[in-house]
Amino acid sequence: MPEEKTPNGKNGKSVGLVDRLKAGVKEDLQSLKTDMPAKAKEQVELLKKPTKTQVFTSIFRHKHDDTPRNRALGVLSNVFLHLHPAKINRDAVRYSYTWGMGGITFYLFIVLTLTGVLLMFYYHPSKVQAFRDVLYLEHDVPFGKLLRNMHRWAAHLMVIAVELHMFRVFLTGSYKKPREFNWNVGVILLVLTLLLSFTGYLLPDDQLGFWAVTVGTNMARATPLLGHEGPFGAQLGMTPYNDVRFGLLGGSIVDANALLRSYIWHCIGIPIIASIFMILHFWRVRKDGGISGPAAVVLDSEIKEAKK
Amino acid sequence: MDWKQLWEILSAADNVPIVAMIPLLAFYMYLAWKQAHANDLLIAELDGNAALAKTHHRKAWPFKPGWAKEVHVWPFLLRVEFLAAIIVTIILMVWSITLNAPLEEPANPNLTMNPAKAPWYFLGLQEMLVYFDPWIAGVVMPTLIIVGLMVIPYIDTNPLGVGYYTWKQRKFAIGTFLFGFIILWVSMIFIGTFIRGPGWQWFWPGQTWDHNRLIYEVNRDLPDLFGITSNWGKGIFGALVVGGFFAIGGMLVHAFFRRNNPKDYKRMSLLQYSIMMTFLLTMFGLPIKMLLRLLFHIKYVWITPWFNV
Repeated sequence: MPEEKTPNGKNGKSVGLVDRLKAGVKEDLQSLKTDMPAKAKEQVELLKKPTKTQVFTSIFRHKHDDTPRNRALGVLSNVFLHLHPAKINRDAVRYSYTWGMGGITFYLFIVLTLTGVLLMFYYHPSKVQAFRDVLYLEHDVPFGKLLRNMHRWAAHLMVIAVELHMFRVFLTGSYKKPREFNWNVGVILLVLTLLLSFTGYLLPDDQLGFWAVTVGTNMARATPLLGHEGPFGAQLGMTPYNDVRFGLLGGSIVDANALLRSYIWHCIGIPIIASIFMILHFWRVRKDGGISGPAAVVLDSEIKEAKK
Repeated sequence: MDWKQLWEILSAADNVPIVAMIPLLAFYMYLAWKQAHANDLLIAELDGNAALAKTHHRKAWPFKPGWAKEVHVWPFLLRVEFLAAIIVTIILMVWSITLNAPLEEPANPNLTMNPAKAPWYFLGLQEMLVYFDPWIAGVVMPTLIIVGLMVIPYIDTNPLGVGYYTWKQRKFAIGTFLFGFIILWVSMIFIGTFIRGPGWQWFWPGQTWDHNRLIYEVNRDLPDLFGITSNWGKGIFGALVVGGFFAIGGMLVHAFFRRNNPKDYKRMSLLQYSIMMTFLLTMFGLPIKMLLRLLFHIKYVWITPWFNV
């Protein structure tokens, strides 16, 4: 047998569903009246301290009062800034030592990636359309001309910046122990920068690019052993249709295949390879002891010769 | 003096980077020299004063006891980087607004551009084509430049001059690099851009580019000057000349190097020393071949049925 239901109301008197509902609604209304203004007041107070909100603290993991600890954390807890150490040599921030060329090179690479992606929206790597796309970009696309100009000049600037960076690294002896390997990575990045620029030269499909690339790739005919006009090339069975130049151009002349290959190397292949080497380069800068100087000068008399 | 021609070359959009690079390089050479000079003076002072050498902070910049040796990256480095990014962006914006990227007629394989020039950073290699066959100028030399740059850290045994500018402690290394970078690489880019005109002929700055100019260059081969006619004779003679260049040049460099850099010479292993010699002499070979061509109209020194040097 089921148990007798316990009465809900006072004095053992059972209360109907409607009455209970009424009482509940009344209670709810009362709470709205008293709690909400209090919560709103609390909310307004919280808004005055946005850094205390859960959203903020979930994004930024440390406080921002100006303390040495927070200055260090500002760099170390940020994925983009943590390439840097927390503290550096007081003279290393001087422009006259580093010339800032490595950083400028990387910044130009970012500028080139952004403008390059935007240019890709308007460009088809085909003989029929490539040149027309450039004309369209220059005359019809809003800011298209500015976009192309920026891409071109940033590329030239990057070549200059890379060469100056190498020049500075050499003059400060920064390639010496323990940074030998990173100098090598840098040389590869220099070559990749030149190749990036060179593969982009053909893309407008105009006379300038066409002849520059023709002259450039004609040299590949003369590659020893692998080119059909190079020393011992003919003896090894090289012809214009199977040598290294054919592989570069995807044909025996600079034509549609060369344009497509240029485009793919320029937009996908080399940027990926260069990015990998850049990661390595930056990582090794830190692992090899950070930026090389400005260091204290060493006297010749202080060098201890290694025993042989 | 054809000022219009000169202006056309200087103001060609793609030549602007080179025109800009020359004062830039001059500025940075000056900046580097200034610091190297200051450091060299400091080194000389410390060398002569052992007591000072023990206490000195060893930089040409001022430092007082109590100053922190390190500063926070945030904000002291990051603000410099941020400023640099802004300045570069402004330069790039102004440059892009005022100067248009070049665009010629559509590519036409039937209409050869004259002169057909590579992008400016490869003009040094293109200029080398005048003096060497394409397999050397276009393939071997670029490879040697890259490999040569890569071996530098492994053959430079001088432990001095890490992390500061100096000239006196690293005369040989810096002198060699300046020779390769400024004298050979940059000046050949300069020649390729500003001097070479139609038909890749030599036009002095300000000389009108005459597309119909013909030069009857009588280029001779070195064996011809000695009256050698047989193929075997030419091959052997050329091998002797090239081998002689490396042998005699090597002796001269050896005599110079062991006298002027006795410590480096002592430190270097046979492998390091021979690698340095090979690259150095190959590098010197370039201007020597250039002078042979420009002054004596000599084309090849070594002729074989398979390749010519």
